[in-house]
Amino acid sequence: MKEKRRLLFFTALAVLLLLTAAFAAYLCPYDPYKQDLLLAKQPPGPEHWIGTDRFGRDIFSRVLAGSTVSIYSTLFLVTVVTVTGTVAGVLCGWFGGALDAVLMRIADLFLAFPSLVFALAVAGVLGGGIQNAVFALAVAGWPKFARLARSLTLSQKEAPYLMAAKLSGSSTIKILVRHVIPNIGGQILVTAVLDIGTTMMELAGLSFLGLGVQPPAAEWGSMINEGRSLLQISPWMSLAPGAAIFVTVLIFNLLGDALRDYMDPKQRKQKRKKGKDE
Amino acid sequence: MKLKGMHFVRNGQTEGRTMLKYIGKRVLQLIPVLIGITFLSFAMMRLAGGDAVTYMYENAGGAVSQEIIDEAKKEYGLDQPFLVQYGRWAAGMFSGDMGTSYVSGRDVYDAFTEKLPATALLTLSSVLATLLVSVPLGILAAVKQNKWVDYLIRFFSFIGNSSPNFFAALILMYLFSVKLGWLPVVTSENTGLSLILPTMTLALSMASKYTRQIRAAVLEEMNQDYVTGAKARGVKGSVIIWKNVMRTSMVTIVTLLSLSVGNLLGGTTIVESIFMWDGVGKMAVDAITMRDYPVVQAYVAWMAVIYVLVNLVTDILYHYLDPRVRLGGDRL
Repeated sequence: MKEKRRLLFFTALAVLLLLTAAFAAYLCPYDPYKQDLLLAKQPPGPEHWIGTDRFGRDIFSRVLAGSTVSIYSTLFLVTVVTVTGTVAGVLCGWFGGALDAVLMRIADLFLAFPSLVFALAVAGVLGGGIQNAVFALAVAGWPKFARLARSLTLSQKEAPYLMAAKLSGSSTIKILVRHVIPNIGGQILVTAVLDIGTTMMELAGLSFLGLGVQPPAAEWGSMINEGRSLLQISPWMSLAPGAAIFVTVLIFNLLGDALRDYMDPKQRKQKRKKGKDE
Repeated sequence: MKLKGMHFVRNGQTEGRTMLKYIGKRVLQLIPVLIGITFLSFAMMRLAGGDAVTYMYENAGGAVSQEIIDEAKKEYGLDQPFLVQYGRWAAGMFSGDMGTSYVSGRDVYDAFTEKLPATALLTLSSVLATLLVSVPLGILAAVKQNKWVDYLIRFFSFIGNSSPNFFAALILMYLFSVKLGWLPVVTSENTGLSLILPTMTLALSMASKYTRQIRAAVLEEMNQDYVTGAKARGVKGSVIIWKNVMRTSMVTIVTLLSLSVGNLLGGTTIVESIFMWDGVGKMAVDAITMRDYPVVQAYVAWMAVIYVLVNLVTDILYHYLDPRVRLGGDRL
């Protein structure tokens, strides 16, 4: 039960984070886009908690405002990649044949590129912008889930309960949706949650390089980049959004870990049983 | 006895032969992948770069007549059919002719090979630093499982694993260059001193991941029957760890290495740009912002080729190190 409590705790933290990001616009103490050059580069103080940037914008408000873009575009991206990859993988694993051969060769081709290098190239071709950055990482990211879902489907395919379902006349769609996907879903979910952190860092990395969210929009990666040249004078400009990314990634990583540990005992039992059957 | 001996010899021979066969098979499988990689890299940039010449002239300022644009397109070979262009370019990867940069007018292949050693050095030093840190720490954490040392190591590895490399880079820069003044913030040329911070940045997240995995691998091995047996026979703990457990944990390390090469190659782009390390990663990022497509094209294709080749080598190593895989066929 220790696992369950840990899982609940980190789920609560993640939900809190999501709520903050959703209502960030109402929580900002200052307008995150209002420039006031008289207040530029102020150190952290009672007025501006984490100081101001070179245009006198309140950094705390900008970090809050940036959370909406940073967190929700990451979640959107992970969802798209997971769903696309899983559907492709399950279909390939179940039907095999030409579909499997073609889709998996395509997946292999994308897997042959280091993902950030590929995303850089795609974002470079399409030009900056958050949509393009998300698209670039989605193209680079789905094959991983396709591979995973395919191998999990293959491992389930010959299971007795699926034979039974087939024999009792269930349609293929019903078997896939009601039996296969729920059975492999746990492991895919764990992988997806553990992927959130990495994805967020990659997305922020693209923005940091100027290929994602464009200034003046508040987003953590591009804020770090804006503050980079002033690291010696006003380090808080880039350290604050950096810390925000770090904490967010940490929470999602801990959540993923807790989720894996929570699901693990069951899987171990399944594995042992499977070993006996063979 | 004699029969048994012959049996062994034959077994050894067949094993060698299956190994060669495996390598041959993997190399053959590589050919379509290589064609796919180069084609995709080329097609992607061509899709974007169709108007690169127009863009280039517009960038230089002033209106340009259609004739001059056509002339320039001819010069860059952009008037040829697509497949002809691809064939010529792919062949150029081997002969050293991958076009000229739109921005600097330099030969792309020359520029690339000139900057590749810097990136290779950074990659290698990061891997070395990673292993130097993570192997001892991973073993220590496993041996002292659930003691405070273990918790401390796991805590820091989690922290390291959750820091994006550009953030880690800024923290290190702030700490060692701005606050302590030990190292230069950025240097104009690659020196030993300027290698330290980028290496630390890249090694930080990798070492965190490795430490966790090595700890898990060592723990798993220490629960094996043969370790209990060795302990029962009175073999020293340190001997068991270094002689037996480490050998089997090598498989984990090789797997980790093959998995992290991709991240490493991607990571060098960001880290090189931050620290102004003059390698191919920085060159690529600069080229992307300048829309210098021939350079980006060459970079993407070469990185993918290197990645695929490294994966091939690690797969073969993996195959060689772990007899179980030899029988199991493809790995995931």
